[in-house]
Amino acid sequence: MTAYAYYPGCSLSGLGRPYDESLRAVFGHLGLALEEIPDWNCCGATSYMSVSEDKAVALAARNLALAGPMRAEVVAPCAACYLVLTKAQHMMHEYPALAARVHKGLRAAGLTYPEHVTVRHPLDILVNAVGLEAITAKVARPLAGYRVAPYYGCQVVRPYGTFDDPLRPQTLDRLMTAIGAHVVDYPLKAHCCGGSLTGTMEEIGVRLNFLLLKEAKARSANVLATVCPLCQYNLETYQAKMRRAFNEDVTLPIVYFTQLLGLAFGLSPVSLGLQRNFVTAEPLPAMA
Amino acid sequence: MRNGTTHCRYAEDVNPAFPAEIMAKPGGEALRDCIQCGTCSGACPMSVHMDLTPRRVIALTRAGLERDVLASATPWLCASCYECQVRCPREIKVTDVMYALKRRAIEKGMYPKRFPIPVLAKAFYTIVASHGRNSESRLVIELALRTNPLSLLKMAPLGIKLMRTGRMAFRQDRIMVPKELKTILDAMEES
Repeated sequence: MTAYAYYPGCSLSGLGRPYDESLRAVFGHLGLALEEIPDWNCCGATSYMSVSEDKAVALAARNLALAGPMRAEVVAPCAACYLVLTKAQHMMHEYPALAARVHKGLRAAGLTYPEHVTVRHPLDILVNAVGLEAITAKVARPLAGYRVAPYYGCQVVRPYGTFDDPLRPQTLDRLMTAIGAHVVDYPLKAHCCGGSLTGTMEEIGVRLNFLLLKEAKARSANVLATVCPLCQYNLETYQAKMRRAFNEDVTLPIVYFTQLLGLAFGLSPVSLGLQRNFVTAEPLPAMA
Repeated sequence: MRNGTTHCRYAEDVNPAFPAEIMAKPGGEALRDCIQCGTCSGACPMSVHMDLTPRRVIALTRAGLERDVLASATPWLCASCYECQVRCPREIKVTDVMYALKRRAIEKGMYPKRFPIPVLAKAFYTIVASHGRNSESRLVIELALRTNPLSLLKMAPLGIKLMRTGRMAFRQDRIMVPKELKTILDAMEES
C-alpha cells in the first residue's frame, strides 16, 4: 500500500471539511494511505509572508521537518499550503543566508530540515502516480450529464507547480474526462478568485468570482470543480451577493474534484461531505 | 484612491537607498532588468482596482520614491496569484517584490491606514504565532472588530449556514506544543 504524509492544513477542518472527507474517502478507495503529520502547524498562508519572510519559511520548514522521518512524499490538498510548502523549499535552496537562519531555528527545537521530501498536490498524485487507467478502472458510475468547468485557480499551478502548465493546465480536464464527465472549455480555469480578498475587499472579490461563474455558465457548465478550499468558499458562498450586485443569476454547484471522483467511484454522497455544500444537488444528476 | 500622475516629485521625496534595499530582498534581484513593458499590469486581475499598477510600482521603486510605493494600496491588493510572475519576460519575481514591499511598509508604519488587508495580515500573524494554527472564525471576528464591527451583523446569516453545514470551527485549534514553535521563531531572532 502506498502511503503519504498528509498535511491537511487549517482550512480542511473548517470551511474545507468536505475536501478533507472526500479526499480521505477517495484515497482510501484507491488503496492509498494518508498518515497525518503529527502536530503540524499552520503553513503561514499569504498573510504570514506579508509580515515576516524568515518566520514564514520557518513555519513551513517545521512541517517538512516533522514529515521528513515519516514518508518521502507529502500530500497538501489546499492550494495555499501546497504553494507555501513548495515555496519554502525553493527559498531554502536559493537563499543560503535565509536557510541558515531557518536551520538555526529548527535546531533550537531539535528538528532537522529534510532535503529529500517532495510536496505533491492530490491532483498530481491521482493523475501522475495512480494514473488515469487505474482511475477509470474504478469508475462504478460514469458522470454522464455532468458538464464540468475545471477550475484550477492560481497557486496549485503557479509558480512552483511541477506537473502542469502554469497558465493553461490540463490535468484536471483529463481526470474529469476519465470519470465520464464532459469537460467544458473554460479559459478562466487558472484565473485568480481573489483568495482572502473577498473577506477584506468584498466588492472586488465578488466581481472576480462573478466573472468566473458567468463564464462557466456561458460555457454551459452545470458544475464547477475546484482543487482549493478558498476558491470553493469564494465561488460558493458569495453567489447571493453576486446576484444582488450584478442582477444576474450565476448559481452553480461548486464542488471539490475529489467529491466528483468519489461519486464516480460510487461512494455515498455523505462520505464525500456533499451535504455540507451550499448549492449541492440541484443540477447534479442522480444524487441519492 | 490617489493618482500618482498628478503629483510633482522632488529630490527630497527620494530615498536613494530604497531601490538597492528592495533588490537585496529574496525575489528583488531582477528588478533592475525591468523593461517597463506592462505585462504584469495587463496580467494582474487586480490592477483595475489599484492606485498604482504593478508596472508603476516597479518604476517608482527603482526611482527611490519609497513613500509613494509604501503608502500605495497596490502591494496589499496583490492576491498572490503569481500570474505576473510567470508571464514576466524578464523573469522578475513580481509577486515576491510585492511581499517585500508589504513587509517594508509594516516595518516603517507606512502602509495605508484604515485599510483592512494589513490588519488581516497582522491578526493572522498573531493568531498563528501564539497557537500554531489559524482559526477562520476568530480571524474573521478580529478583522471585523478592528475595521467595521457592524459588518458582523451582516455576516451572521452566512455564519449560521456554515455552522449548519458543519464548516465553522469555533474552537481555536492549536498545536500540542506551541512552545516548540516559539523556540524556533525566537532562535531566529538572535543573530
